[in-house]
Amino acid sequence: MQQIIISGVGGQGILFVTRLLAEAALDMGFSILISETHGMAQRGGNVVSHLKVSARTSKQKAGSPPPFVSPLIRPGRADVLLAMHPDGEVAHGHYLRAGGTVIANRPEPSTSFSVDAAGIALNLESPVSTNLVLLGFAAGSGLLFCPPEQVRATLERLGGKQLEISLKAFQAGWDEGARRTAGGAERVSEPPAS
Amino acid sequence: MTVNRIFLGNEAIALGLLEAGCTLAASYPGTPASEILGAMIQWKGAERLPLHLEWSINEKVAFEVALANSYAGRRSAVIMKQVGLNVAADPLMSGAYTGVKGGLVVVVADDPGPHSSQTEQDSRFFAMMAKIPVLDPSTPEEARRFARLAMELSERFEIPVMLRPTTRVCHARQDLVPGVPVARDSEPLFEKNPARWAATPKFRLLLHQQLNAKILEISRERDFQPQLVEGFGPAAEGVKSHGPKKAFRACIVASGVVLAHTREILADLGLSNAIDLYAVPMPHPLPHSFRDNILGNYERVLVLEETQPVIELQFQDHTHVCGRLNGLVPSSGELLPETVEVILRSFLGLPPAPEIGAPAAGGRRPTLCAGCPHRAAFFAIKKALPKGIYPSDIGCYTLGLNLGAVDTVLCMGAAISQAAGFYHAYRSKGEDRPHICATIGDSTFFHAGVPALMNAVVQDARFVLVVLDNSTTAMTGHQPTPASGSTLDGTPVPALSIEKIVEACGVGFVRTIDPYRIEEMIDLLKEAGSYVRSEEGGVAVVIARRPCLMDRKQSRTWIRREIRVTDQCVGCGYCVKHFECPAMHLKEEKEPVEIDRVMCSGCGVCLVVCPHEALAVAGESET
Repeated sequence: MQQIIISGVGGQGILFVTRLLAEAALDMGFSILISETHGMAQRGGNVVSHLKVSARTSKQKAGSPPPFVSPLIRPGRADVLLAMHPDGEVAHGHYLRAGGTVIANRPEPSTSFSVDAAGIALNLESPVSTNLVLLGFAAGSGLLFCPPEQVRATLERLGGKQLEISLKAFQAGWDEGARRTAGGAERVSEPPAS
Repeated sequence: MTVNRIFLGNEAIALGLLEAGCTLAASYPGTPASEILGAMIQWKGAERLPLHLEWSINEKVAFEVALANSYAGRRSAVIMKQVGLNVAADPLMSGAYTGVKGGLVVVVADDPGPHSSQTEQDSRFFAMMAKIPVLDPSTPEEARRFARLAMELSERFEIPVMLRPTTRVCHARQDLVPGVPVARDSEPLFEKNPARWAATPKFRLLLHQQLNAKILEISRERDFQPQLVEGFGPAAEGVKSHGPKKAFRACIVASGVVLAHTREILADLGLSNAIDLYAVPMPHPLPHSFRDNILGNYERVLVLEETQPVIELQFQDHTHVCGRLNGLVPSSGELLPETVEVILRSFLGLPPAPEIGAPAAGGRRPTLCAGCPHRAAFFAIKKALPKGIYPSDIGCYTLGLNLGAVDTVLCMGAAISQAAGFYHAYRSKGEDRPHICATIGDSTFFHAGVPALMNAVVQDARFVLVVLDNSTTAMTGHQPTPASGSTLDGTPVPALSIEKIVEACGVGFVRTIDPYRIEEMIDLLKEAGSYVRSEEGGVAVVIARRPCLMDRKQSRTWIRREIRVTDQCVGCGYCVKHFECPAMHLKEEKEPVEIDRVMCSGCGVCLVVCPHEALAVAGESET
């Protein structure tokens, strides 16, 4: 069970990352609920997705309510905040629970779980793949409900025209996440952004 | 084991309608309802379904098209957002009286928040006013099931049935058991019956009486009764072996997505099944027996629903009812789960939750895309007709607000009628009156702008109207317009010409311009402004035509100019403030502006915008 907030600004591919994680959850036999931002806010404004992953209802004990039925995460309840843009950390930091983790795309990484995803994507000559670099980093750091191998398999299954570069970007993020974890970066829990 | 698939709430509704054997669906795009017809179009193509789907010119027209198909005995749906129902209110009210033959589901998506709308109106009140049933789903899964049930209920009682999802259902995704819609066509059979289909006022009274009988009977329908989903019911009160440790002699009545929030919060508080919770699938008509049982069996009742007190108001006695009427539930804004938690804790006498507020300031405001032709048009308007009154309309171009080129936004088509109203207000000022320049998008012009333009012309109003024609309905996901020249099936049909319509409305000044040719556009707008003020003048219409950059279905060609910032740049910030291109950033005051190469579309309009001529072309390429 995991509650993830995915945050950024319109055009960063927030919906795609959410979709990818949700499909990975399904591939692993979980159930999902998502809430998305559509409409005017997509025109460059703050965009946020809520993703809730839980065991299939049928696997629950009879009579007990399913763990997640609402598509929204309450403030102070998210396990992970995936922040594609520094503005997102400010705008959506309050969703994070005490002990939850911000995984952030920052030009100057200053915590164990921040990374210059935009810079890495630019090196791959695919700035639009920033979202997948950050996702790979998150999965590679071992902070998500799903292992990076699973996300990659799901990405391959979903395919698309940009698959090759998407996989490259995901792998670059994954490598960076794995390197940091192996390099002894402490699994520190960060306080919610304030 | 069936492998579930992820469905957007709106896709789930589309699937439900198709599973119910819908033969025609008509819609006008509007957030949060836009993806419903879009999903039906996809399925129709994939499964070769024999149904007619259309993006109608507006919601009123959509409603009437669907209603007639239903008169002919075929199952139909009409789909819109809540403010669309304001436009379609006329056929709704009358259609409730005539009733239907084939089932008719009226899908109306509400937008508590509001996230992408002018109002937070509760369409369930429209259902109440029209005396039709309304179903209020709480999840995508339920929305799919309710769509099917609504169709069957409609056909059985020969009454339009409303399905009212909210944004959090429409734009939620959930994994569901997949289904493949099967092709089901039904023979058209319109049985003439003037006393019903063309009823005069005398017969209308009879129809009203029949409607009353229908709605009373529907209130007793088993499938749509409120359900006890948690707790043990009033009879179990005090039965220790089954009941909770401390029984609340209270209950909660909830519908829509608020029901889902409530269940999850009760579970988090360890109170699942500790309090009786009733789910209301059909907020109107609320069965009399349910109201009586609730009021008779509980000391306190909490009603949780969005966005207005529709269920709550149907209780005949409010002494023991908590909700919006006694102020426990806020009367505006979305009932977010954190808000529901505050209400629940207060109702249950629990200590308040620690407050975790969203940051007061911050966040980014939406803006027009880099290279958006609307931005160029707005800049030209401000240059050519400065310090004017700028009525505008509903669409992406509402964001012209950021540029100071939009003063009013009311409802679809109002830009034109309001421009006329402002003209009459300032008419007595003669030559001293300010410029009046209205802006309206192409889809909005077709939707409700044409009658307003005819009216303005025949009432001798004088103003400049700029039709921002990006040849699509951009904001809602690039649905086609009546100028597209083909149906959704690809059948060629006449492409309506905005120029010809404007001319036929009696406008004497009609010109078309590419807003990327910004200097020419400024000159043209000045000319239009002079025409408006000349003795023989009237309304002047300038059509600013360039396809939306985000619409991949349209051919978009322009000379892509790579822009270089020269040392002439003094960092005055004029371009950032008055042009607001998201590809331009000012890191610090008095520092040269920076251009984001990834975002820049190369439209080159900023070359004209800079007052210091500090931007230059570094290279050109065709796109």
